[in-house]
Amino acid sequence: MNKEKLIQIETLCVHYKIEFSFVEELQHKGLLQVVVLEERPYLHQDYLADFEKMIRLHYDLNLNTEGIDIVFNLLKKEIELREEVKTLKNKLRLYEKE
Amino acid sequence: MDFVDYYKILGVSKNASEKEIKNAYRKLARKYHPDLNPDNKEAERKFKEINEAHEVLANKENRKKYDKYGKDWKHGEEFEKAQQQQRQQQRSQRSYTHAGSGSSFTDDDFSDFFSSMFGGGGRASGRSTGAGFKGQDFNAELQLNLTDVYKPQQQILTVNGKKIRLTIPAGVENEQVIKIKGKGGEGLHGGPNGDLYIKFNVVNNTSFKRDGQNLYKEVELDLYTAILGGKITVDTLDGKVKLNVAPETENGTKVRLKGKGFPVYKNQNNLGDLFLTYQIKLPTNLSEKEKDLFKKLQKIRNNE
Repeated sequence: MNKEKLIQIETLCVHYKIEFSFVEELQHKGLLQVVVLEERPYLHQDYLADFEKMIRLHYDLNLNTEGIDIVFNLLKKEIELREEVKTLKNKLRLYEKE
Repeated sequence: MDFVDYYKILGVSKNASEKEIKNAYRKLARKYHPDLNPDNKEAERKFKEINEAHEVLANKENRKKYDKYGKDWKHGEEFEKAQQQQRQQQRSQRSYTHAGSGSSFTDDDFSDFFSSMFGGGGRASGRSTGAGFKGQDFNAELQLNLTDVYKPQQQILTVNGKKIRLTIPAGVENEQVIKIKGKGGEGLHGGPNGDLYIKFNVVNNTSFKRDGQNLYKEVELDLYTAILGGKITVDTLDGKVKLNVAPETENGTKVRLKGKGFPVYKNQNNLGDLFLTYQIKLPTNLSEKEKDLFKKLQKIRNNE
């Protein structure tokens, strides 16, 4: 694990002004992958965008962690469907007359 | 600059309680929040509207001022005075960023009406968490011709004043989005940079049709070559190719030219196939001699 790409959870909690318990809950629900090095929890920067989204969903929209999980699953499905629509639209061009 | 009816935006009456305003805002925010509506410009616009309405109506002072001067903001002398005072008070707090790269808000996100009345800034309520740690993600669109993406493309893009040298792999699909890590906005307080997302709009400037790595084309074949067989030359993206046409080739016959299609994305040496469909072209404006000969052929065929 490249330590340079890890951000201390403590730093993130201070920066976003959030409770550590929220991060713990996300971790327990399997929504966030936390890396522990020398007894300190870290987040890989690749997961930062998702983490920021979870914070917004929780604090802006009052969603609990179960709700966040549902939203992430539905968004994933939406992305897959969009991909499918894109592929089908490109394929449809085969049958369109110029 | 038009008057903005914040009550209408939130769908509440003019005498709505604080709780009703809060509930209406939360309900609409859950519907139009950018995180729940990715790539939806209309939802983004609506979210900005309801945010602005909430900024005004959820703050006692702002709401009072809006109720008093809102409708007459164009003419009211008192409003002008109030506006000046407000500007002086809030000059020092003009810019702020709402949390996260997915929903960043600055003064630019407020209407002219809001800025004129409240001078920008001064969030009335809502979260007070810090701004995004990770830099903002940037989105860009790039239009390319199909022939451009047949081979890897070197491009220099200017994003937010910075030049980015980019190699676009061959085989990029229409509307494909690629992520360039760390080329978005700068991170804050040691946070990582945002990413740059580039969407490719690939315009087909060829006579071929594309489905992934395979290309398709209809080729006209004259009647005599179709019946007797012969040689034809067809265009591929790679140049001209000579083909043998088998005698008695039927209309709609498909021919597959292996490796004459489009490169596989990020595997440019692996090419798809080109599928040709023969469209037999019947001769027109026949001379009397040609008609006689066709009649003879017809007789021969019927007598067999």
